[in-house]
Amino acid sequence: MEPMLEVRDLNAFYGKSHVLRGVNMEIMPGEVIALLGRNGVGRSTTAKAIMGEVAPRGSIKFKGQEIAGLESYRIAHLGLGYVPENRDIFPTMTVRQNLVLGIKDMKTPGRWSIEQMLEMFPNLKARADNPAGVLSGGEKQMLTMCRTLMGDPDLIIIDEPTEGLAPKIVHQVGDTIAEIAKAGVAILLVEQKLSIALRIAARVYVMGHGEMVWSGTPDEFREREDVRREWLEV
Amino acid sequence: METVVFSLLNGVIYGLLLFMLSSGLTLIFSMMGVLNFAHASFYMLGAYFAYTISSVSGFWLALIFAPILVGLVGAATERWGLRKVHANGHVAELLFTFGLAYLIDEVVKIIWGRNSVDYRVPELLDFPLFTLYGTQYPAYRIFILFVAVAMLVALWLLLKRTRAGLIIQAALTHPEMVGHLGHNVPRIFMTVFGVGCALAGLAGVIGGNYLVTDPAMAISIGPIVFVVVVVGGLGSLEGAFIASLLLGLLQTFAVSIDASFADIFGWLGLGETTEVGRITIASLAPMLPFLMLVLILMVRPRGLMGDRDI
Repeated sequence: MEPMLEVRDLNAFYGKSHVLRGVNMEIMPGEVIALLGRNGVGRSTTAKAIMGEVAPRGSIKFKGQEIAGLESYRIAHLGLGYVPENRDIFPTMTVRQNLVLGIKDMKTPGRWSIEQMLEMFPNLKARADNPAGVLSGGEKQMLTMCRTLMGDPDLIIIDEPTEGLAPKIVHQVGDTIAEIAKAGVAILLVEQKLSIALRIAARVYVMGHGEMVWSGTPDEFREREDVRREWLEV
Repeated sequence: METVVFSLLNGVIYGLLLFMLSSGLTLIFSMMGVLNFAHASFYMLGAYFAYTISSVSGFWLALIFAPILVGLVGAATERWGLRKVHANGHVAELLFTFGLAYLIDEVVKIIWGRNSVDYRVPELLDFPLFTLYGTQYPAYRIFILFVAVAMLVALWLLLKRTRAGLIIQAALTHPEMVGHLGHNVPRIFMTVFGVGCALAGLAGVIGGNYLVTDPAMAISIGPIVFVVVVVGGLGSLEGAFIASLLLGLLQTFAVSIDASFADIFGWLGLGETTEVGRITIASLAPMLPFLMLVLILMVRPRGLMGDRDI
């Protein structure tokens, strides 16, 4: 089987600082990947470079097509969804309107309708007609993920979904991501909390100093105390 | 009473005309992050296009095609001009629109001459609609009112009640996210710029024959539109609406007040023939918008309804 996303020798720069130094990774259709690493090693930048928010150098192939440097709306139309770490909801619009904006094309229905999406998330349903700005952090996170899912992506990149959330909510977000995966959507999860990452992911990439330093299954990872100590523990 | 009623009507009409200009300007501001200095020049283009079209095929076709033409010029300006300049930052954008304003001014002078052109109210609407307190009120002014309100309702429905409107609103504040959701943000920006210019063009079509169509019309109304947008709050359509009406009424009422400083401050001993005493309230009217601008920037820099500082 061909990988759905294939990243080869990806480099990125913030001014003169070389942030990504030849990142390689691949994601198979329907696969859930966790991207681990300490703060500042380039995990979020990897996501941003794939989505074109940071200028990428190197090759990024999605479904066989080169997408490095493509305009963001074209990347989205190919079926690549992005949930950025800042939970970029539209605060003055209602929850329902936020979901409507996630639909790329009204003529082609996706996996979920808005009503189905609201059924799946009772918290959002209860506030469907409230401005999204009044939601709690966890609800905002759910909404950004649901909004991206309305566009019916085949791969969704979720950047730090549990950052700043209470432990109970973190668990809920984890369940949601597992649900998304069950629907056949491939996921690249940029995450710091090992508990979530190891519970959901089929494969784990560990980043250090702007490149991939280790990859394997969660079980293999659990046996590599050295990898954890060298690249993840603070 | 007569003065009040007529000033009220004229003030509202002038205010709505200002809103046609300021609504586009404020939408474009939300998008670019800088004021478009050339906005009033598109208003002027609307009037001149309408003058030329109406001399060939009548006012009604001009009413439709002149704003469309102005909108296309605006869209082309964004697509092939501003979009390139945008990469170099706000100062470059500001200077670009500044240069564009003068460019359009000069082009207008070359094509239509330096004097005002004879762009008239259409005959069909050139009659007194009603007589109030013995004074006739021109039908064309009510027509302006009608067109302005229709445009206001259409714009409101588009922005608040359609998916396209939601996408536009979201793109103005969160362009990157909207792009990630699969919406073509560059095309949205071009459309917003084009529609904003078309609205200014429409104001030119219906205002050019009500006021005057000459090469100075952009420079005379431009600063007032900036005042409206800043007083209303940069980026806020509701604010622009309130400020447009406020300024329209303020200026119209000031002009109609038949009093001098001596009348008001005579009890303080201010003589009618002194330099200060001779100043009439009406003569203060042109100053009021800018006084308002200065005051609002001191007291409430966000403007009446704005959500961001300048």
